[in-house]
Amino acid sequence: MTAQLLTFYLFSGVILISSLMVISTKNPVHSVLFLILSFLNAAGLFVILHAEFLAMILIIVYVGAVAVLFLFVVMMLDFKTSINKDNILQYIPIGILIGVVFIAELIIVLINTKFDLSNIQVLPNPLSDFTGKSNTEAIGSVLYTDYILYFQLSGVILLVAMIGSIVLTLREREGVKRQVVSEQLKRQGKIDLVDVKSGKGVDI
Amino acid sequence: MIELNQFLILSALLFAIGVIGIFLNRKNVIIILMSIEIILLSVNLNLIAFSYFLNDLTGQIFSLFVLTVAAAEAAIGLAILVIYNRNAGSIEIEKINALKG
Repeated sequence: MTAQLLTFYLFSGVILISSLMVISTKNPVHSVLFLILSFLNAAGLFVILHAEFLAMILIIVYVGAVAVLFLFVVMMLDFKTSINKDNILQYIPIGILIGVVFIAELIIVLINTKFDLSNIQVLPNPLSDFTGKSNTEAIGSVLYTDYILYFQLSGVILLVAMIGSIVLTLREREGVKRQVVSEQLKRQGKIDLVDVKSGKGVDI
Repeated sequence: MIELNQFLILSALLFAIGVIGIFLNRKNVIIILMSIEIILLSVNLNLIAFSYFLNDLTGQIFSLFVLTVAAAEAAIGLAILVIYNRNAGSIEIEKINALKG
């Protein structure tokens, strides 16, 4: 058993266990932390697959941004973690059934299938073209040329998501006094500039 | 040497865990959002495994776009969650029945 295989089994075992913990722990904060653990191990798997750029993106974007966003929301909202047992038992059979059917279908197909990838001819961006370049360089040289429209489109998606979430969560509170600079600057005729001589007062 | 099938089985198991999480969970919506993240992670693992074993970069590019959409989806979902909690006072799934579905 090579070291690569051992690393694969280590990472995949931790991913499976921690994602099981994500869906089974009662405390949502623990769920988010287990989600972070499974993302970190998935980044390790990506490194095994020679996708270093995506591994780092997974850590930066998911662990650094999305998981922290989840943590913020979990800690901001007050979850009632009380849960009645008989309610949960009601949904276990259907959940287990769907899950087992899913796993059985997929794994039966996968075990009985030996993928013969050598016959596939359609290779728009073969990795052998990028020998000597780093993974980031290879992705950049394809992403900014062949996939530039999709890249721009994903930027638009992020913009829409940003505006949407701001619009959703912004609220105008009633009865809160705040400074409106334009209103202040518009006040005309109520301001009188007086040249005050030294030693004398001003009549108001 | 690792084969493609091992990665595919791992990502099938991850996908199934995510689906089971959506069905089992009755407490709050945020666990469902996390299950969706697990499902998207398994899809990304599939794409990158195929990218490596097919010796083709396109899978990694597509995985990058999946990551983008997943981040946008998480942001919008959490915003909806926050505003729903503000309006209804609870995000328990049992109590979300405004549409009487």
